[in-house]
This record gives sequence, structure tokens and C-alpha cells, in this order.
Amino acid sequence: MPIEITMPALSPTMTEGTLATWHKKEGDKVSSGDVIAEIETDKATMEVEATDEGVLGKILVPAGTENVQVNSVIALLLEDGEDKSALAGFKTSAPTPVASAPVDVASPAPSSAPVAPVAPVAPVAPIASEPEYSGEMITQTVRESLRDAIAEEMRLDDTVFLMGEEVAQYQGAYKVSQGLLDEFGSNRVIDTPITEIGFTGLGVGAAFGGLKPIVEFMTFNFSMQAMDHIVNSAAKTRYMSGGQMGSHMVFRGPNGAASRVGAQHSQCFAAWYSHVPGLKVVAPWSGADAKGLLKAAIRDPNPVVFLEHELMYGQSFEVPAGDDFVLPIGRAKVERVGTDVTITAFSRMVGVALEAAELLAADGISAEVINLRTVRPLDIETIVNSVRKTNRLVNAEEGWPQSGMGAEMAALMMEHAFDDLDAPVVRVCGEDVPMPYAANLEALTLPGASKIADACKSVCYR
Amino acid sequence: MAKKASTAKPKAKAKTKAKVKTKKPVKHLEADAEELVEFYREMLLIRRFEEKAGQLYGMGLIGGFCHLYIGQEAVVVGAHSTSNPQDSVITSYRDHGHMLVCGMEPKGVMAELTGREDGYSKGKGGSMHMFSREKNFYGGHGIVGGQVPIGTGLAFAHKYKNDGGICYTYFGDGSVNQGQVYESFNMAQLWLLPVLYIIENNKYGMGTSIDRASSTTDLYHRGRSHGIPGEQVDGMDVVAVREATARAAEHARAGKGPFILEMMTYRYRGHSMSDPAKYRSKEEVSKVRQEQDPIDNLRELIIESKAASEDTLKEIDKSIKAIITDAAEFAKESPEPNVAELYTDILVEANG
Ligand SMILES: Cc1ncc(C[n+]2csc(CCOP(=O)(O)OP(=O)(O)O)c2C)c(N)n1
Ligand SMILES: [Mg+2]
Repeated sequence: MPIEITMPALSPTMTEGTLATWHKKEGDKVSSGDVIAEIETDKATMEVEATDEGVLGKILVPAGTENVQVNSVIALLLEDGEDKSALAGFKTSAPTPVASAPVDVASPAPSSAPVAPVAPVAPVAPIASEPEYSGEMITQTVRESLRDAIAEEMRLDDTVFLMGEEVAQYQGAYKVSQGLLDEFGSNRVIDTPITEIGFTGLGVGAAFGGLKPIVEFMTFNFSMQAMDHIVNSAAKTRYMSGGQMGSHMVFRGPNGAASRVGAQHSQCFAAWYSHVPGLKVVAPWSGADAKGLLKAAIRDPNPVVFLEHELMYGQSFEVPAGDDFVLPIGRAKVERVGTDVTITAFSRMVGVALEAAELLAADGISAEVINLRTVRPLDIETIVNSVRKTNRLVNAEEGWPQSGMGAEMAALMMEHAFDDLDAPVVRVCGEDVPMPYAANLEALTLPGASKIADACKSVCYR
Repeated sequence: MAKKASTAKPKAKAKTKAKVKTKKPVKHLEADAEELVEFYREMLLIRRFEEKAGQLYGMGLIGGFCHLYIGQEAVVVGAHSTSNPQDSVITSYRDHGHMLVCGMEPKGVMAELTGREDGYSKGKGGSMHMFSREKNFYGGHGIVGGQVPIGTGLAFAHKYKNDGGICYTYFGDGSVNQGQVYESFNMAQLWLLPVLYIIENNKYGMGTSIDRASSTTDLYHRGRSHGIPGEQVDGMDVVAVREATARAAEHARAGKGPFILEMMTYRYRGHSMSDPAKYRSKEEVSKVRQEQDPIDNLRELIIESKAASEDTLKEIDKSIKAIITDAAEFAKESPEPNVAELYTDILVEANG
């Protein structure tokens, strides 16, 4: 019986790809290890090696075919001694994929939901409100928005530079720095050794010396090795020097859940960093957030921890074109106006919260969704104004419950809106466990839209 | 090539190894016919296991990151052949081969890769995070460099308990630049801990070649400022690996402290399944495959030195194929973990 060659999955997030070229033609002999085809994934072009020996009997998916599903049969290989007649009437027995249920990825909701007019009450610190933007919009992925933000700021200010593992020649482990080495050269786009504490401390020193480093962590999991310099050096020097010097710099990279990579590579550090005075902590959701806030972070004279999300990199949004779109750090955005319950969220969970709001609408509950955008300093004013109206608050996050952002929301509401609450504040969090690897357990760990909707119903006593 | 930190030795070619060995003064360093065949069996087991893992990844049965060991088999097979049952082993995420030589079951390892109940971590760890207390295999670590101080601590425990054990601590050429490595070196030599630091120099840390990441590239010298001896070894030659490791292990077991072995090796596949490996040429990879493949070369040596016949080796090939097919079937059939497992194994009850 001929051997089925199936479309391989070549990355944790790949579900389909383009069959770019065939390196073998029908009738060619194939040995294991031979490159038989090239496939374009969402991240790169990859070679496919044969794992069996034989003669390529039939190509079922011609070169150039797009959107070929992982695991569909792309060719048939004749085994030793078989001839073409073995192909006749051959029925595929391609297995359906098991155990690869993706984590609950939110589909992007339109970011053009009307924004509630908010009357400022007692602003804690003067923070600019969001600029009106009526210019041209372009559709691009979050990955591209981030890249453009970095490139634009590097063009404007030659003290801005990017360093991290694989940021230059490899074009970024997640391809965020694509093209930057070509444009800015190796003095400003720098591949580092795998020495997080060392290059982070070096970045702090460079900032003391007047440069504006952007330090990329391949993922924020590895920033744990650099925690000392982020917390003890970058965050505290302004204070300890009586204001003489500080660290004008950005720490950025993907944070939060990734897909099937287990406990050491899939966790959220937003609450951790938000604990530290002397840091600003930003966690964008949409493409416009990503672009406008990263530009603001690069311009900000303080150390800014900028938390991106791997599962958002490939999502597309409408983003203001041009290089003068900057969003204020410290301002939340009401993404959807509602009257019955407020949902606060940041990063990927904003999309999940918007999905929950749709589910609730179907049940006659009107939810207001606030995209926090910045988790330190928090835009307390926008949250409190919303809760004065809805009298209920549910916070949604991927991170763990204890001392998480939800715990902070609950405390803030006690302090600022106690008399306005008609129900206790509810936290929807990641399960209080290290992230498991198994697909079924992983899927249970992260909160999805229905869990948020259920929490909202419970505070509405429905 | 066995380059010592002090004196360089001329390279003995793989083909002549079998003859050379009889001239070696230390008797137990010889690899006799039986051992050569066993090396062959173990290296082939790893290679076929990894090929199968790559295939299952392609089918969506394995998720996340999966780092294959293909090309580096001689390192772990040769080094581990010098170990005793009380010794401990620790490595990075590129760990499947290490587990197999420690005697962990291919079925259990494969079932962990597919995230199933019968995996070594009940499906909760995955490719990068697997352990076996029974086999003294301490992981499986996903954070670069993390295993180096931990391995040093395992050696501390061997010495403290005086159990005669040593710790085999494996890490990559990229990890070698981590600060924690030098903090470990200092303590290990200061306290003469029985640890072997085995650097698997496959010339790349992800897409960065060693000379783009390291100020000096003779990694076996990296212990010099701490007074730790080092040796560079042809990591594609299982007998050379075995001999060098045996000498290093003797040093550690004799209470003389740590030893650094720099194994010159090569990985054939990308860093992980999603790496297209565009940072090196095809010619570079195929040259190593053709000229230095540890399995092909050993096979040749076995035949030439008449350590075993073609037929015996073919029998081995067949039996390994069967083991791997079984492991893959087992890993596909094993059920997903019970959802109650989500909340177990986080803490244990304190008693008292
Ligand atoms: C602290 C830390 N930083 C970055 C990473 C991402 N990463 C995983 S493996 C790797 C390369 C390591 O190279 P090397 O030590 O040579 O080992 P090899 O993969 O070649 O076996 C990197 C950068 C990580 N896992 N941990
Ligand atoms: Mg390496």
C-alpha cells in the first residue's frame, strides 16, 4: 500500500500553510532525509524532509497551493516493489488530528466600537487623553505594528537601539524585528548572547550613559533571569539618586500564555511587574494599541515594561497610518459601552472579554468592556466612572488569582467605589496551577468567553 | 580530536580506533566488541526515536516546542556509558536522548511528548520537562543555563551523602555564556564537588553561531580562572567520548572536583521543529552528515573490526524499528490525562 505523505505542522501555531515548491517529481526516487518540498508557514519557509524511502507515486497537492490544512495528504509514496498500479483506487486514511486543540484564541472584534464620553472626576496624575485620529487607516498585523513603531522611533532618534537574542540576523524569534537590521545596521540592532542578566544590566548602564535601549526578551519567561536589574537597577535609580539619573528604556517581548509549551514558557508577569514603583507597565491588545503605546514607551523617560502577546502577533487590525500616532501611557480605553456590568481586561483577554460581551448581549445583559492598556499606572478614573454606572465589576486575566490584577481591582473598588457596588467584584483568572502541557488540561487552564460571561451573570444575579 | 587544556593530542581517526584501543594503558577504557555493538544500538535507538518524534509533530500529535537530538547521539551514549547506577544526570530541553540512555522507557517518553496520561510527567511536562527519580534523571529544563547550578547541587548532595555518585551536567555552547555557569564553576571547584560539566558544542545556540556569541570559542578553557581542568573531545566519535569521559569521571570520583568536557558535535535538524535553519548552508550540514555521522562511522568500524556481522546489525535495526513503532502506537493510544490532574502535584501535604 502506498505511504501517505501528509502536510506537516512546522510550528506550534500552524494549522495550514502554502505548499510552495516540490523538489521531487512523480517517479523520482526518495530516500529518508531528502528534501521533498518547501512549505510556507505563518513565520517562515521550511523544508520538508522525507521520513520514508520509495518512489514518489503521485503528487496530490500541486506547488503553489495555499491554505493546505495540516495533516491533509499531499502525496503518495510507492514502497519498494510497488508500482503505479498500487495508486489506483487508493483511499486516503489520513488521521484526523487529535490532542491539538488550540488554546482559546479570541477572534478580533472590531476596534471601532463607540467610545463612551467620560467626564473626568478627580484625575490622579495629569495624563493626556487619547488623541482624536481621523487620518488614514491601514490593516496590518500586531507584529507589523510593533515593528513599525520601533522603526519609526529609531528613525527619529539615533540614540534608540534594539538588542536581544536573535533580533538581528534571524529577524526576531517571532519576526517582530523583521527588516530592522537591514535598515539600521548592526550598531543599532544587536544580537546578544543568551545572557539575560548581563545584557539587561548592560542596557541599564547604556541608559545611564544617555542612550535609549529597547531590550527584547525572547519571551518574558526569560526576564526572570534579569529581574534583578529591572527591579533593583532600572526601577530604583531615579529615586535613589535623588532624581539625578534614571533609565530611559523599554523592556519588551511576548508575555502570557503561548501554545503547548508547558509551565516554564507560558505564564503572565503583568501583576509581578505592576507591583514595582519606578516602572511603567503596558500591555496592549489591538494593533493601534501596540503601535501607539510602543512609540510612547520608547519616548518615555522612565523604564517601561512592554508586555506583548505571542498569540496576538498574527492578528490583524486597522491601525492609524503615518508616524505621528502616539497613545498616552496610563489611559484605558472603553472598547464597548454598556450599562449592566463592567469587564476590565488587558492584552489578549480584551478580545475574549468582547466575545463575552456578545454572549451576554444575547442574554439581554449589556456589558461595558474596558481595555486597560496600561497596568501601571492604572487608569482608575475610567474604571471608577464605569462602575458608578454599572455598579458591577468583573476582571479577566490569564494570570494566577493570588495578588493578581483582579485582586488589585477588588481592592481599588473598595477604596474608590464601595458605595457604588451592587455585587462583590469577581476575578476571572487562569487556573491556580503551573501551565500543563497536555492539550486537554491546557484548554481548561485559560479563561474563555463563556467563563467571563458566567461571572458577569453571577454579579447581575442572573 | 582530544585536545587537553594543557597538552594537545593528535587526532586518532575513527577507523583506527579499534586497533588503537589495545595500546591504551588503562584496561577499563577499552571498548570491546560487545560495547561497540551496544553503542550502536543506543545511538540508533535515539535517532529512530527522534525521527519518529519529528513525524508525530508533523501530524499534530506533539505540540509546542520539540528539540531533536539527531547528530549528537555519540555524546550522550559515550558519556553515559561511564556512569554508575548511583550517578545523576541533568540536561536542557534537548533531552530525549539523555532519557533513553538513562534507561527510561521509549513508550513513556513518547507518551509524554504526545501529552498523555502514561507519559513520564502524566502529560503535564511535555518534551522539555521530563524527569525520572527512579533513573536519577533530573530533567529536562526549559530555561537556558538553569540546569547548571542544579546539577552542581546534585553533586553537592552526592558528596554530602558520600554515596560515591557524580553528576553528569549537560549544557549547550549557547548556555555557556550564562553568568550562573561561572557561579557554579566557582562553588564546584571551591568545594571539590563531583560534577562533570559536559558542554555539547553543536556550534549554534538557536540561529547564532558560537563565534557570534562567544568572545573565546575554546569552551573547554572556560574553567581556567577557577582552576577546573578541561578537555576538548570529538563528540562525533562515541569511543573518543567514552574515553575522555571515563578519565574525567575518574577525576571527579577521586574527590578532585569538577571536570569540563567540550564535546564537538553538530545538530542536523533546526533548533526546534519551527526553525527553518537559514543561518547555515545546506553544504555545511550535508558535509557533516556524510563525513562525520557518528552512527555510520561506528557501523563501519564494527564491520571492519569484525566486532559484529552485517546480519547482527540488521537484526538490531529491525528490533529498534519495532520498539519505536510500539512506542509511537502506545503514545497515540494512551488517553489524555484525567482533568482532575490539573490540580494535583502542585504541593504535597506537610505531615507534622
Ligand atoms: C534564559 C533563556 N533565554 C532564552 C531562551 C530561548 N532559547 C531556548 S534554547 C536557546 C539556544 C540555546 O543554545 P545552546 O545552549 O547552544 O543549546 P542547543 O539548543 O544548541 O542544544 C535559546 C536562546 C531560554 N530558553 N532561556
Ligand atoms: Mg548549541
